[in-house]
Amino acid sequence: MGSTSARNPENNGSAGVGRRDLIKRSAALGLISVPAMSFLSACASGGGSGNGDKAKAGKKTSKNPLGVNDTAQMEFVLFDGGFGKEYAEDAVKVYEKNLPRAKVKFSATQKIQSTLQPRFNQGTPPDLIDNSGAEQMDMGVLVGKNQLADLTPLLDAPSVDDPAKKVRDTLRPGIVEMGQFDGEQVWILYYAYTVYGVWYSQKALDSLDEQYPQTWDQMLAVCAKAKKKGMAGWTYAGKYPYYLPFSLYPMIGKVGGVEVLDAIDNLEPNAWKHPAVKACFEAYYELYKKGYVLKGTPGLDHIQSQTAWAKGKALFLPNGSWVENESANVIPQDFDLAVAAPTGIDSSDKMPFGTIWASGGEPFIVPSKAKNTEGGMEQLRIMLSEASSKNFTSKVKSLTAYNGGTEGITLTPGLKSGVAALDKAGENVVNPRLQDWYAQLQKEKIGVSGLGEMMAGRLTPAEAVKKIQGFADETAKDPSIKRYKHQ
Amino acid sequence: MQHGKYRFIAGFLAVPLGLYALFVVWPFIQSIYYSFTDWTGLSPDFKMVGFDNYSRMLDDDIFWKSLQHSLLFALLLPLVTLGFALFLAFMINVGGRRRKGGPVITGVRGSSFYKIVYFFPQVLSIAIVALLFAFAYNPDSGAVNSVLRGIGLDSVQPLWLGDPNLALWAVMAVLVWSTVGFFVVLFSAGMASIPADLYEAALLDGADRATTFFRITLPLLWDTVQSGWVYMGILALGAESFAVVQIMTTGPGGPDYSTTVMVLYVYQKAFRDGQAAYATTIGVALLIVTLAFAALVMRVGRRERLEF
Repeated sequence: MGSTSARNPENNGSAGVGRRDLIKRSAALGLISVPAMSFLSACASGGGSGNGDKAKAGKKTSKNPLGVNDTAQMEFVLFDGGFGKEYAEDAVKVYEKNLPRAKVKFSATQKIQSTLQPRFNQGTPPDLIDNSGAEQMDMGVLVGKNQLADLTPLLDAPSVDDPAKKVRDTLRPGIVEMGQFDGEQVWILYYAYTVYGVWYSQKALDSLDEQYPQTWDQMLAVCAKAKKKGMAGWTYAGKYPYYLPFSLYPMIGKVGGVEVLDAIDNLEPNAWKHPAVKACFEAYYELYKKGYVLKGTPGLDHIQSQTAWAKGKALFLPNGSWVENESANVIPQDFDLAVAAPTGIDSSDKMPFGTIWASGGEPFIVPSKAKNTEGGMEQLRIMLSEASSKNFTSKVKSLTAYNGGTEGITLTPGLKSGVAALDKAGENVVNPRLQDWYAQLQKEKIGVSGLGEMMAGRLTPAEAVKKIQGFADETAKDPSIKRYKHQ
Repeated sequence: MQHGKYRFIAGFLAVPLGLYALFVVWPFIQSIYYSFTDWTGLSPDFKMVGFDNYSRMLDDDIFWKSLQHSLLFALLLPLVTLGFALFLAFMINVGGRRRKGGPVITGVRGSSFYKIVYFFPQVLSIAIVALLFAFAYNPDSGAVNSVLRGIGLDSVQPLWLGDPNLALWAVMAVLVWSTVGFFVVLFSAGMASIPADLYEAALLDGADRATTFFRITLPLLWDTVQSGWVYMGILALGAESFAVVQIMTTGPGGPDYSTTVMVLYVYQKAFRDGQAAYATTIGVALLIVTLAFAALVMRVGRRERLEF
């Protein structure tokens, strides 16, 4: 387990080769430019693990329960995405106010991986990272390689608003579990809270004189009615069919119970062959068969499908609560955006209507090799206060991990509907983990090659189940993938 | 003096060769070294695993699919692009009918205008081209299907990038569109240096356009075509094919792995799955393919140089 540079062979292969040969060979090499390779290896050549210069722990007081060294620098790198950076800048100001002698180095970037991967390799990561976006670093690998600090001290610290209450008790359901991988330790704190489900325009539904359907027969009836009016029932991000699970997985959970979803996440043999999975696949396939899916959907990306949906070409769209912000410029003023928990099959379903998928987004991590891990956690503790949470919700139209924080601020229609859906769901919140644990399996295998092909009509539900089970078995056997289980 | 001369030349070569060795040769060697480890790319810890990555690669269906597509790109794209570019360049420079009082050898009417128009796509970055075409291929409201509807082909509304049988061809068409202009200009320059009296002599002997092209233009342009071939092949194996597949296709790489290419797979393994060592292994395979391609083109294309 040596460091990268120590193990590099010192000989670059050109010694002892004649000058003419060298020139010839370099010329031959010059013909080939494989950019990926050269910039790949540039990442690894760093120094050793700079582990020795941690900030000294400060004194634990009631105002400083984590014992942050109040003169140490705290470095915070934020993903500058759909949520912007203002909310974090505001939280940094609070940190600076509480610890006036500490310096905070704050930066926001979209290129999380390109900026931070070399620093992990050098052993000099920042103290707090919002590891999100297209350049997210693989969490499983970071955990597996002991690169992350356990956030338990933060969760057991008193919360900002009520010192008698631990931070852990102020969070929404599922947040702590999501941060765990294969033990008690909590590696990740998801700050945003996303509601997944079926998104639609209440106005369009009213114009059809219909309610949101609770059984699949009703769903088909609504779609038939919409079709008569020249409106497709469904559309989805055809080029990224891993949006389909946002409504399909909780439907499987509702029909067959949480155990079915857990078995799928645990990569158990024949998990996908459960009758509930088959019933749900067949239900979705019927949408395609009956022509209720917007024509051309398999060739649309997420933005294009959302635009078609916002224009009223299709009624329902499986998506997450970010859609309100992402498609804000195409959603009409009077659209009356709403989200509903997925429609089930019928009354024999295991869980009641309202069962919904909600889980954390914007994963924040504190690297174990950071110099000021306490500072990183203190910053998170500040962000989990009611004031910071409200600030986030009112600025970026999304809920946070903090349970509450919606009173006294005006919520947008989608957000309001999301809060109502969560209230209705109560305890029946499911949280499938495939997308965090096995990105390749979830996205390109199950999503693109399984569900995408089925919804384009190129696989039958039975074939899709078989293919997806095959993919899951492959992942279960692959020695290069670290596997996780529901606790 | 011989000795001193070499020392003099070496003095000039030292710095560029040093830079080259540091920034090109050394990363290659490093990559090959990493392909024998289990490095994740996210931590400095790794250990040697011998040929594990290689045996895994040989059993990896997605790798074979990406290899197949990359080879198809490398063989077909140069053929189509260069063939098309040669045709256009010939028509622009030589293919015109003789007009009264004009020069003996001339292009079709308006050829200087075409020359500029063909070069336009070259001005756009490949990322923008890919994005524009992703919109054009939109089956619901994209330009291509709208044109089809416009000419009354309402029943022909392909899914383009959403159809596994069409997606790869749709991607290739974009690469041809965006690169053909460059080769038109390159070949035009080459054709301009062919002496006009050779064409006059051919015309006097009664040669038609096809004969002129195959007997005069192509042989005298062969060196340019050959370097164009290597250049286009590398482009098809490397960055350009990555950009269009990553930006345009389903997944990306789909639907159902119908468009995945080796560079994309390298990227996904290294930066999505945290398996940098395996990614470098695929990179090494890509290196071998690229070297083999260059060697093949150089060998097959070797001809006697014509002096004129």
